[in-house]
Amino acid sequence: MLVHSEPESFDLEDYLAAHERKSLLRFITCGSVDDGKSTLIGRLLFESKRLFDDQLAALERDSRKHGTQGGSIDFALLVDGLASEREQGITIDVAYRFFSTDRRTFIVADTPGHEQYTRNMATGASTADVAILLIDARKGLTRQTRRHALLVSMLGIRHVALAINKMDLVEWSEEQFDQIAAEFRAFATNLGFDQITAIPLAALHGDNVVEPSSQAAWYDGPTLLSYLEIVEVEQKADTEPFRMPVQWVNRPNADFRGFAGFVTSGRVRSGERVRILPSGLETSVAQIVTMDRELNEAVAGQSVTLTLSDEVDISRGDVIASVERQVQVSDRIEARLFWMATEHLKEGDQFLLKLGAAAVPARVVRVHHRIDLGLLESVPVSSLGANDVGHVVLALDQPVAFDRYTESRRTGGFILIDRESFDTVAIGLVDGAVVEQTVSPRVIRNNAPWAWIKWTGEQKRRSAVKAMSWRVIGSVATVGVAVVLTQDIRLAAAIGATEVVTKLVLYYGHERLWARIRYGLSVATGQHGGGPQSSSAN
Amino acid sequence: MIGGREAESVRDERRPAPHNSLSLDKELRSGLTHLDRLEAESIYIMREAVAESDNPVMLYSIGKDSSVLLHLALKAFYPAKPPFPLLHVDTTWKFREMIAFRDRRARELGLDLLVHTNPDGLARNIGPISHGSEVHTDVMKTQALKQALERYGFDAAFGGARRDEEKSRAKERVFSLRNAHHRWDPKRQRPEPWQLYNGRKRRGESLRVFPLSNWTELDIWLYIHRENIPIVPLYFAAERPVVERDGMLILVDDERLPLHPGEQPQRRAIRFRTLGCYPLTGAVESTAATLPDIIRETLEARTSERHGRAIDKDTAASMERKKQEGYF
Ligand SMILES: Nc1nc2c(ncn2[C@@H]2O[C@H](COP(=O)(O)OP(=O)(O)O)[C@@H](O)[C@H]2O)c(=O)[nH]1
Repeated sequence: MLVHSEPESFDLEDYLAAHERKSLLRFITCGSVDDGKSTLIGRLLFESKRLFDDQLAALERDSRKHGTQGGSIDFALLVDGLASEREQGITIDVAYRFFSTDRRTFIVADTPGHEQYTRNMATGASTADVAILLIDARKGLTRQTRRHALLVSMLGIRHVALAINKMDLVEWSEEQFDQIAAEFRAFATNLGFDQITAIPLAALHGDNVVEPSSQAAWYDGPTLLSYLEIVEVEQKADTEPFRMPVQWVNRPNADFRGFAGFVTSGRVRSGERVRILPSGLETSVAQIVTMDRELNEAVAGQSVTLTLSDEVDISRGDVIASVERQVQVSDRIEARLFWMATEHLKEGDQFLLKLGAAAVPARVVRVHHRIDLGLLESVPVSSLGANDVGHVVLALDQPVAFDRYTESRRTGGFILIDRESFDTVAIGLVDGAVVEQTVSPRVIRNNAPWAWIKWTGEQKRRSAVKAMSWRVIGSVATVGVAVVLTQDIRLAAAIGATEVVTKLVLYYGHERLWARIRYGLSVATGQHGGGPQSSSAN
Repeated sequence: MIGGREAESVRDERRPAPHNSLSLDKELRSGLTHLDRLEAESIYIMREAVAESDNPVMLYSIGKDSSVLLHLALKAFYPAKPPFPLLHVDTTWKFREMIAFRDRRARELGLDLLVHTNPDGLARNIGPISHGSEVHTDVMKTQALKQALERYGFDAAFGGARRDEEKSRAKERVFSLRNAHHRWDPKRQRPEPWQLYNGRKRRGESLRVFPLSNWTELDIWLYIHRENIPIVPLYFAAERPVVERDGMLILVDDERLPLHPGEQPQRRAIRFRTLGCYPLTGAVESTAATLPDIIRETLEARTSERHGRAIDKDTAASMERKKQEGYF
């Protein structure tokens, strides 16, 4: 086998040390079609020297063939990789690109602006630390800017660069720039961004992309690249509570039973107590196994295999978590959904929900309302259309373990999968478990107390169990009395059986009937949101 | 086993850095390096794919990316063996050293290696020299791969492709769905938020899974170095017999390569940056005989570019002027 000789003169060790010290920043770029996004990214790649000669030669050829720049280099062509994109001159799909400077390594999710492909933008945003929102200086904020800002905020991005592009076309007007920035800040007050940095740009000419522009003497902020190099994004994953969804149970032989997974947050040491969810069993970590060595500690971002000190039943989809700050477990969740399919989402629709490594059948119990992306207002609806964001309640076939999305992205985000096409049709964020029994909001709007409501609260099996718990004790007593009085076991058994059957059926039927009648129910139980919000504060 | 140098984990002592080791040490303790993160992500992807498919396979092309992929598979399922076989689609025109390396690795690791060659192609004697690269590649690679996947009924296949390789690759998902005819529909790609991969598929559909999606060529080399991963010796410079064809340096790997009248193979110091069918793969002249040399070469290619541009950037003039001066 090949044995690599140790590094000699070239200071590879130095180089590696520097390379390893670089931090990674994931960011997305979003904007409407033609705001100049592709041009901007092409420019960033070009200026950060990520282009080789052969790529440049190809770019020149393409620019002559498809370019919009009259034969000179069209940077947009660097990034529009699909044939249909080049034909239509739009970006359809999210593309991932890589470049690095001396300070940082960057992964850019270049996401499409076209409304039809917003789902691809949401994908890029789900793992990004920073978003660059591109705005055409001539047009100012558009409906699409607002949509993107909302999605970016919803998916948990806290740092936004407002890249106001094509400043050359408005004579680098400071007034125009200030006005757009102010309008955005006003719009975004409730979106929870930590920081909004507005930068005037002309991507086509490279102004303020990498080098400061000589055109805008009034601007003394960072260029876009230096912003990306210095923006501080908290790496809070390892101060969060420990979570590891189990992906794979590793059993090479009878002596080894390991649970393989990716640590999504926090850290765990060998010997530490952990809880398995949804079962709730408590045990401790015996070993943290990797092929290289056994570790004392595993931290967020590592893929490891844990062995546990007790024989507990664990399968794929379970979560191993810290004992103190627990994961929630429920079979009913409140969630925000970003709906992506063309058919509408309706109450009663069924899907497969994938969260962490768990996949369970799920049913939409209720669609509360849709968020109007332009006005940031809730609109009551009972279905969601393509690219709508709305609040829903989902009922799951089995309880799953999760966190609220605002607390943990990787254990609070999920997808819905269509049960026939198997397409991914929705992106979801868990807001919490449905703790108390809620009544359909429709009832609240409808004031007739005798309205026959769609049953959502008590499940059938609960009614059945209630009937049994109430009736069986009574029936046992009846049988006892009958035996004493009649001295005939067969007669007593017949009496008992008749009583059990008739009363069970009657009680059950009665329960089911009343579950549909609103009379006497407190309206307050219909308020959604209050319960789950307050109950899960830790 | 491949063990050589052990991969660092967060907590374990690292070799001291040559300069300002104090601050460096502190930083390293607090987090994972870029390579650590890439490795963990790839392992996560492999485990997801195996858990979500019935009959997975790894496409093993013997190149450096495949070597990294295989190494990651060993890590992902350790202490178990990777729960899937390796599949090599053999065009019969691979470098001899590649085949020797392939067989040796499979034997050493005790892995299940399947080798498939398109029998129709063999019968028709299809080859790159007689039929040209296009026909050869289509029949002996593309068709052959489909045959093999269908023959064994694989529903998920790992590949070593990277997004930085090519523009359309940059748009491909980590879990890439193929219809019953193995076609990719870029408009029907599934969103993958939070690395939640959807591995469900209908009858006849299959998945291609790309655990190295987010790696760059440089990452691959740095990782091979860090993990001491065995690779085919052809990646290292040595004196080898070559002929020059259309500006490409072609290794005379066996007697099937017809020499033009009067043509004499010359011995030159060369190495390969990628490996494929030998008559279609050009070598580069190089003296990089070790991994550090290769890494330096990769970096220097970039440095010289940077140099050229650094001069241009001295003047305040932006792209505009460079264009006017006919920069491109
Ligand atoms: N004048 C001017 N034109 C620009 C600028 N940035 C982009 N453009 C042009 O705007 C058009 C759309 O750009 P493109 O990058 O394809 O937009 P995308 O659809 O957002 O990717 C192209 O014709 C660009 O040349 C700029 O800063 N100034």
